[in-house]
Amino acid sequence: MSPLRRRLMFGVPLALAVAGGEGFYILLRRMQAQDYDPHALPSPLIGKRPPAFALPGAAGMQGFSNADIAAPPKPMLVNWFASWCVPCAEEAAMLGKLAARGLTIWGIAYEDDAADLARFLASNGNPYKRIAADQQGTTAINWGVYGVPETYFIDRNGIVRWRYAGALTDDVVASTLNPLLEKYA
Amino acid sequence: MIPELGHFALACAVALAFAQGVIGIFGPGLRDPRALIAAPILACSQFAAIAAAFLALVWAGVVSDFTVENIADFSSSAVPLMYRISGVWGNHDGSILLWCLILSLCGLAVALFGGELPASLRARVLGVLGLVSGGFLLFTLTVSDPFTRLWPPPLDGAGVNPILQDPGLAFHPPMLYTGYVGFSVAFAFAIAALIEGRVDAAFGRWVRPWALLSWCFLTAGIALGSWWSYYTLGWGGYWFWDPVENAALLPWLTGTALLHCAIVVEKRESLKAWTVLLAIATFSLSLTGTFLVRSGILNSVHSFAAAPDQGLFILALLGLTIGGSLLLFAIRAPVLAAAGIYAPLSRESALVLNNVFLCAIAAVVFTGTLYPPFANLFFGIQLSVGAPFFNQTVLPLAAPIILAMGFGPLLAWKRADFAPVLRRLAMAGAVAAVVFLAVAANRHIIAALGLAGGAWVLMAAFTDIATRIKLFRVPLGASLARAAALPRAAIGAALGHIGFGVTVLGIAGMTLAVQSVVVLHPGQSARLGGYSWTLTDIHDAPGPNFTQRVADVTVADDRGVFLTLHPSRRFFAAQKTITNDAAIHTNGFQDLYAVFAAEPTPGSAELRLNDHPMAPEIWFGGLIMALGGLCSLSDRRLRVGVPARRRKAEAGAVA
Repeated sequence: MSPLRRRLMFGVPLALAVAGGEGFYILLRRMQAQDYDPHALPSPLIGKRPPAFALPGAAGMQGFSNADIAAPPKPMLVNWFASWCVPCAEEAAMLGKLAARGLTIWGIAYEDDAADLARFLASNGNPYKRIAADQQGTTAINWGVYGVPETYFIDRNGIVRWRYAGALTDDVVASTLNPLLEKYA
Repeated sequence: MIPELGHFALACAVALAFAQGVIGIFGPGLRDPRALIAAPILACSQFAAIAAAFLALVWAGVVSDFTVENIADFSSSAVPLMYRISGVWGNHDGSILLWCLILSLCGLAVALFGGELPASLRARVLGVLGLVSGGFLLFTLTVSDPFTRLWPPPLDGAGVNPILQDPGLAFHPPMLYTGYVGFSVAFAFAIAALIEGRVDAAFGRWVRPWALLSWCFLTAGIALGSWWSYYTLGWGGYWFWDPVENAALLPWLTGTALLHCAIVVEKRESLKAWTVLLAIATFSLSLTGTFLVRSGILNSVHSFAAAPDQGLFILALLGLTIGGSLLLFAIRAPVLAAAGIYAPLSRESALVLNNVFLCAIAAVVFTGTLYPPFANLFFGIQLSVGAPFFNQTVLPLAAPIILAMGFGPLLAWKRADFAPVLRRLAMAGAVAAVVFLAVAANRHIIAALGLAGGAWVLMAAFTDIATRIKLFRVPLGASLARAAALPRAAIGAALGHIGFGVTVLGIAGMTLAVQSVVVLHPGQSARLGGYSWTLTDIHDAPGPNFTQRVADVTVADDRGVFLTLHPSRRFFAAQKTITNDAAIHTNGFQDLYAVFAAEPTPGSAELRLNDHPMAPEIWFGGLIMALGGLCSLSDRRLRVGVPARRRKAEAGAVA
């Protein structure tokens, strides 16, 4: 090997490290600018209206279709939940607080049993104005639901602005939901 | 008052560390003996200062001083004493202080035990350690201060994260950090050797004990972490290819490669530049693993919420440390020429092969871990790389290592002959074949291959020892005498391989695990793994800072009930968190594992029942590997530290 080639070869680790460091620098800057969130689960619905569906009511409440959330009078949440899901029970208190603040929340019960659902609402409280039942789980697939609980923020034009997978916490409400409510109020 | 003293000690440590760095690196050029003595003294004082700062933070945790923000956010007076102490390093700021403490401990160790080193080399090694330490102490002091005060203080702290309230996790971070940070010494040796422009057999001999010691801690730390996730997270898994796990695995892989190729430097004065590069790479990966992962760039369950400005500071530090050392490498390393030669079939070549495969695995794991953020950067897509990718890419690379591991230790140095080695390994091969056929008969090909591989490594390591002590070829007494006289390094190496074989057996056995999720009412039972699992009762039970619901599950085989398990669900009111405390019964070769997942309706329990064959072997193997390293180390210290005593002892033995 010629001396020059040998020298160049020994510079390869440095070049790789510099390139990697540069990449990390750009990513960190983008994180600072809120342009990149490694924890985000992208939703295909962001910036769009939910796909067509028409689901029957559950637990004695009125169901709804995509037309019903096409132009809500004010921004609202659609919350996917199930009585068999532990985080959903933990989230119920948070949803109750939000409903008490006057936020409209509609629920979709995912692959749930009517009797179990009634018991769940009786013991955890009912923050929902309407509850639809997605018995087969097909609407969930069309929405790209990752798992329950999952919450969608829908603006006055019926467009999905935000999706959160997992139970809503005080942090999430303070850092993301409240600013969204102000922005789209 | 005490936290202020801690803060002041931290500030002193920064000054001492930079002084140690500058005097250590440039002192040897001054031809002043005082400059050579200064570095060890500064290293000792730096350790004393950081230890004082750390103790101040621990004290604040023990007495629950909630005027310290760190304690108020991550501790609580209701938490048992052990977790008030371990909670100090269970968060970002505190864990970095622990990291700095261990780094200064490494400097102290070099200062105290490096008496045999040339004074200028010792000063430069300490200088490099001082500079690295100074950078991270400055980070702690400026943007990640663990002593920040809070006023008015809250009545009680927010508490320790429930899943961290576990003895395993009290010891896991210090052990893992010691492993990570210990490689800083190998790194400092490599940099000092590059500065001095001399890498020779002595370099291999000096760097290896340090690398070995940190490797032992890293191995034990990883095993402990894996065991912890097995029994606390309640998923029944032991390795999830999470970025933080990969971050620990990467230095382990390159560190293992470093251990092996340092032998070649020592024996043949070959592979010098490669060894230096591995020493730099191992510590760089340790740094990247500890810090960059925690900056939140990678989607991991482990990341502490760190502010982005901390991320940029860290990146600058990493850039200086890693970039600077690689720049030095690019300038100085090309002149390092190999001195010794060896045949393509020899122990040395086998060690090279080991390095090739270990580094290939490291490259694959590295790529898989960093692909998601970089795919986002270059292609703008959001994706995740998970277990299926790693399993499919790492296993094909691990198989040749397992095969070659059997041959390597039996090959002769310099030039080896294959035929006698094959003859000696016939027994090991036969055992592996029998294991394969026995398991494959039940149509578990993957498990059969894995178990056969584990058996092969185990038997080959035993063959190595048996050959050395001439077992069955001389009378047993003579064999035992030879065994007692074997160099500890040989026993350590065999133990290391045996431990790896045992871990392989455990991992392979776990592929035969069966599990089922059942909802039972008291009195009902389910069948799994040939046992009948019966839920007898669900009841409340008290806990120190949680309440719990306990399910009593009896397990019966054909002869009747032989075991009662008590899996529980713990409710931590302070954090509004529920943890599932798995009940595990082990007999050393099999785990019966039950998790109380939920109470779907009042009076019924959702149970996850698992039968895990060979699971304990995974961690048991890690422990054997670490012990093997320590055993080898005890031999090294005799040779490196006290050569005179050794010679005297040998003379005595002959007489």
